[in-house]
Amino acid sequence: MSYRLPAPETQPPYDAPDYGSTHKRHPKQPLIRIAQTLSETSAPRMRPSLYETTHNLAKGPGWEAQGERITVAGRVLDEDGRPVPGAMVEVWQANAAGRYNHERDQHDAPLDPNFKGEGRIFTDAEGWYRYTTIRPGAYPWRNHHNAWRPVHIHYSLFGAGFAQRLITQMYFPGDPLLPLDPIFNCVPDPAARQRLVAAFDLEVTEPEYALGYRFDIVLRGRDATPMENPA
Amino acid sequence: MSLASDDRSAEGRGGLNRPPLQATASQTAGPYWHLIDFPEWADLLRSNGPNAAIAGERITLLGTVTDGDGAPCPDAMVEIWQADPEGRYDGDFHGFGRCATDQAGRFRFLTLKPGAVRAEGNAFQAPHVVVSLFARGLLKQLVTRLYFAGEPLNEQDPVLSAVPPDRRGTLIARPEGDGAWRLDMRLQGEGEMVFLEI
Ligand SMILES: [Fe+3]
Repeated sequence: MSYRLPAPETQPPYDAPDYGSTHKRHPKQPLIRIAQTLSETSAPRMRPSLYETTHNLAKGPGWEAQGERITVAGRVLDEDGRPVPGAMVEVWQANAAGRYNHERDQHDAPLDPNFKGEGRIFTDAEGWYRYTTIRPGAYPWRNHHNAWRPVHIHYSLFGAGFAQRLITQMYFPGDPLLPLDPIFNCVPDPAARQRLVAAFDLEVTEPEYALGYRFDIVLRGRDATPMENPA
Repeated sequence: MSLASDDRSAEGRGGLNRPPLQATASQTAGPYWHLIDFPEWADLLRSNGPNAAIAGERITLLGTVTDGDGAPCPDAMVEIWQADPEGRYDGDFHGFGRCATDQAGRFRFLTLKPGAVRAEGNAFQAPHVVVSLFARGLLKQLVTRLYFAGEPLNEQDPVLSAVPPDRRGTLIARPEGDGAWRLDMRLQGEGEMVFLEI
C-alpha cells in the first residue's frame, strides 16, 4: 500500500515569487522521489488520552472571547471518499481584531485576554469534526505594500499515514481579500483554491448562538490496486 | 482539474484513474504556528509521556535549520516520526515529536534510537527518523530523513541509495558524544539538504 501523489496543480509550489518568504527557503535542487515504505505509510496513533481535546475556543469556565461566535463542522475524507476516523485536527487563529496571541505578532490591534486561539479535535467514526470559535479578523503582513491576509483559520491534520500529514488554511466565503492574497493564490488550480473556502451552512448554524460553516478536508488516498488496467 | 494532463499515469500513481476527490491544498504554517507548540512534545521520553516505561538507547537529535543565506530559521516547526528500538511502528512506543526552532534556528529532540525497519521482502532499512519541516515561506512541508553515521545498513538502504553519493551526507547525523547526534538542515544553497518526494 502507498499513498497517491496529489495532482500537481492542486498543490502550491515551494518557489512562489509573489510570496517573499519562499525566496530564501525553497530548495533549489529537485526533490528525490522515493518509493513509500512503512515509515511513510504508518503514522503516530494520535488519541485524546495523549492529546487533550478543546472543542470550544470561544468560551470556558469563567471566560468568554470577544467576537462573532461561529461553529465549524466538516468531514475528513481520503481521495476515494472514505472517512478518516480518529484524525487529529489542530486549529489556530487570530482573534476577532486580527491579532494572534503570540509574542512575535506586533500588529497594533487589541489582544483579547479571553482568547488563546488554539484547539484540538478528533474526527469521529464517520470522519466528522466540529468546534466553536470566534470569527478571526483580517491582519496586515509585510509581504508587499498594503498586504492583508484574508480571514482564515489554520488547520493541521494527522491521518493514518505520515504521508497524509497536512497543514492548510480555511478561508471564508465572499472575502474581498482572497483575490489579492499571494498565499491563497499560490495554489495553481482555481477549483483546488476554491475548496479552501468554507461554505456558510444553516444546518451547522446554532440557533441564538453561532453562525455555522462547513469545511471538508481531503487527505491523500491510497494507490489503486495494481494491474487494474493491465496493458 | 484536467485528468489527461497528469504525467504520472505511466507510473501507476493516478492519471488514468484519478480518484473522485482531490487532496486539499497545503498552505503555509506561517509565523504564528507556535499556538500549537507544546515544548514537551520534543521530549519523547518525558516522565508523564507515553514512552516513559519503554527501554532503549536514549539519544538526543539536534541541529539547526538555515536558509539560502545560511541564516537561522527561527520560526520553523520540526516534526519527527520514527520506529521503536526494535524497528517497529506498531508497538507501544509513540514515535512522534514536534520541536520549534529557537532564535538561532536550533532544534533538539530526546528520544530512543530507532531500530532497522523492515523493507521489501527480507530486506531492512537502516535505522532512520522521518523528518518534516514546516515554516513561514514553506507552502507545503519539506520531508526528509535522518540517518545515523556508522550504521552498516546505511550502505544498502533503499532511500540513501536513491540519493547521489555526494549529497548523502546531508541526511546522515554525526555523533557528538553523550548520545547526541547532529544533523544541520540547510533549506537552500551550499550544502542544501536532500528533500524527498513521498
Ligand atoms: Fe495566519
